Amino acid sequence: MYQSNYPGGGNLMTVWLIVLKSLRQHALSTVITAFSVALAGGLLMSVWSIQEQSEAAFTGVNAGFDAVLGARGSKLQLVLNAIFNLEASPGNLAWSDFLDIQNNPDVELAVPIAVGDNYRGYRIVGTTLDLFEKTEYAPGKKFTLQPGGNWFDPARREAVVGGFIARNMNLKVGDTFHPFHGLIFDEKNQHSETYVVMGVLKPSNTPADRVIWIPLEGIQKMSGHDPALATEVSAVLVKLKAGSALAGFQMDLMYNRQGNRLTFAWPIAAIMAELFDKIGWFNRVLALVSYLVAIVAAASILAGIYNSMNERRREIAILRTLGARRSTIFVCILLEAASISTLGMLAGFAIYGIIFTVVAGIIRAQTGVVLDPLKFNPVMLWAPAVLIALGAFAGIIPAVKAYRTDIASNLTPHS
Amino acid sequence: MPLLAISQLVKSFITPAGFEHTVINVKQFTLDDTAHMALQGESGSGKTTFLHLIAGILRPDTGSITIAGQAMSALSEPQRDRLRATTIGYVFQTFNLLQGYTCLENVLLGMSFGPGIDKAFAEALLKRVGLEDCMKHFPRQLSIGQQQRVAVARALANRPKLVLADEPTGNLDHKNARKSVTLIREACRENGAALLLVSHDHETLSQFEKAQEFECINQITPAEEIL
Repeated sequence: MYQSNYPGGGNLMTVWLIVLKSLRQHALSTVITAFSVALAGGLLMSVWSIQEQSEAAFTGVNAGFDAVLGARGSKLQLVLNAIFNLEASPGNLAWSDFLDIQNNPDVELAVPIAVGDNYRGYRIVGTTLDLFEKTEYAPGKKFTLQPGGNWFDPARREAVVGGFIARNMNLKVGDTFHPFHGLIFDEKNQHSETYVVMGVLKPSNTPADRVIWIPLEGIQKMSGHDPALATEVSAVLVKLKAGSALAGFQMDLMYNRQGNRLTFAWPIAAIMAELFDKIGWFNRVLALVSYLVAIVAAASILAGIYNSMNERRREIAILRTLGARRSTIFVCILLEAASISTLGMLAGFAIYGIIFTVVAGIIRAQTGVVLDPLKFNPVMLWAPAVLIALGAFAGIIPAVKAYRTDIASNLTPHS
Repeated sequence: MPLLAISQLVKSFITPAGFEHTVINVKQFTLDDTAHMALQGESGSGKTTFLHLIAGILRPDTGSITIAGQAMSALSEPQRDRLRATTIGYVFQTFNLLQGYTCLENVLLGMSFGPGIDKAFAEALLKRVGLEDCMKHFPRQLSIGQQQRVAVARALANRPKLVLADEPTGNLDHKNARKSVTLIREACRENGAALLLVSHDHETLSQFEKAQEFECINQITPAEEIL
C-alpha cells in the first residue's frame, strides 16, 4: 500500500506562496475588500474606545469638587456650566447663599464663579484665588503657572489664561485684551475694560485649559452688566469635608427637597453618568453601524473570492494535477480570506487612529477633556480577532467550492 | 513487471441527454520502464480521458491501473494525489502554466507537492530546456515554444517514472513541433522516465520507434464514441 508521508500536499511555505500570489493576482479586489474590513475594524474600535474613554473622562472630571450649588434648574446644566464650562448658566445666586454654604461646617472649600463674558468665543470666568491655591483638580495636582507668570490680583484687571487658549490665541504674559459680553462671541459686544495677562496655566488636560480666569469682581462689575447683579455669582463649587459621609445627602435634602430656590448638584460623577445614560442610545446606534459594516465586509470577502472562483478553476485544476490535495486548496482559500481580513485590520488601526484623533481633537477643543488614542482598550484585541475570524468564516463557502473543483473538466477539454 | 499495466479499463460519461457513453474500453495495455510510446488518435477518441485515468485525475468505472507497482484503485484520493506528484509528470497541449508564477516558480511549485523543493535541480532543468535567461519571466512574457519548454521542465521536476504528454505539439508549427518532441524525449531519457505521448499528428508520431493507433487499444464501438 502506498503510504502518504506528507501532511497537506505541499509545505506551509507553498501554501503561503499560493495565497500571496492569489492576493497579488486579485490586487484590486483584495485592496477594496481589505479597505471595507479596515473601515469596519476602525469604526468598531473607535466607537468603543472613544465611548469608554469619554465616559470615564467626563465622569472622572470634577475639578476637585464634590458638588455645585446654583440657581434652581437642571443639575446637569449646572455641572456642565460650572465644571465643564459648557452650556449657559441656569441663573445666579445671591452672595449670601455663597456665604451660607461656605460657612457650613461640613464644607471644606467653597469657590464662587461668575460667567457671562468671553474672549473671541473662549469663556471668561470670574473666581477667587482659592480655585488655584486650595484646590487639587486631581489627587495631588494643583494648577500651576508656566514660568514667568503670576496669579491675578483680585483687585486689578488681570487675567490667568488656560494653556489651550494661550496657544490658540497666541496670548502671553503682558498681553492685553478686551472681554466681549455674553458667552457667544459677537464683535459688537466688546467691553471697554482692558485686562492684562499675568500668567498662563500649565496644561492640566481639564476644562480649565480653555478658560480665561479673572477676578470674581471683574465679571460682577464689568461695564454693561446689571449693577443690581453685582453681588451675585453664577455658581459655587463645593468640596465637602472628608468623612462627612452624610453631608451630601443632608445638603441634597436641604436645597433640592426642602428648598425651592437653589439646586445642589451632587455627586458630580453620578450626574455626568446620567448624561451618558441619556445618550447611550447613540452609542448603541454607532456600535450597530460598526457591526453592520463588519458583516458587509465579511460578505464582500465572500463575494470577492466566490466571484473569482470561475477564473480560478483552471488554476486549481492545474495545482491539483501537480499533486495539491483538495484540503490544501481548501486551506489556501481560507487563508486568503483570513489574510484579507488581517490586512484590513492592520489598516483598521490606521483608520482607528485617524477617527480617534479627529474626534479627540473636537472633544478637546470643545471641552478641554483629553482622550488618548494610544490608551489600551480590550476592543483592540477582540475586534481584530473577531473580524479576522469572520473573514476566515466568510471564506468557507468559496473554499468548499474550490475543494469540489473537478480537475478533468477544468483542464483541457476531452480530445 | 511493467511500469504501467492497465487491464479491463472502462470509463463512461453521462451525456446531457442522459445517455451513457463509453469513452474508454481498454482490455490490456502496458508500458515498460523507460519506454517511449506514442498513441495516435483522432480528436474525440478519448486520448485525454485515457491519460487522465492513468494520472488518477479520473477514476475508472471498472478495471485496474497499476503504476510502479501501485494499484490505483486501492489508493485514496490523497494517495493518488501523492502518487501523481511523485511518479507522474504531465505535459499538456495548452501547457497549463500558472500565469501568476515565474518559470522557476512553476517548476518549484510542482516540486513542493512531490518529494520536496530542489532549486538547483529546477534551475538545471530550465537550463537544460534552454531557458536559463528566462527563469524569472512570467509565462505571458514567453513565446509559445518557450512556454512548452517550461511545461516540460515542470513535468520532469519530481524525477517522475512516467511522463504523460497530451498533444504537446498541438500549438506548434512543424519545425518547432519536431524540436519539441526531440527535447521531451531527450529530457525523459536523461531522467530515466518512460514517456507516453498522445497526438493526432502523424509527423509527431513518425519520431517514435514505437507508435500505435489508439483505436487499436481502445475497443469501443462507433456508437459508443463521444465527440
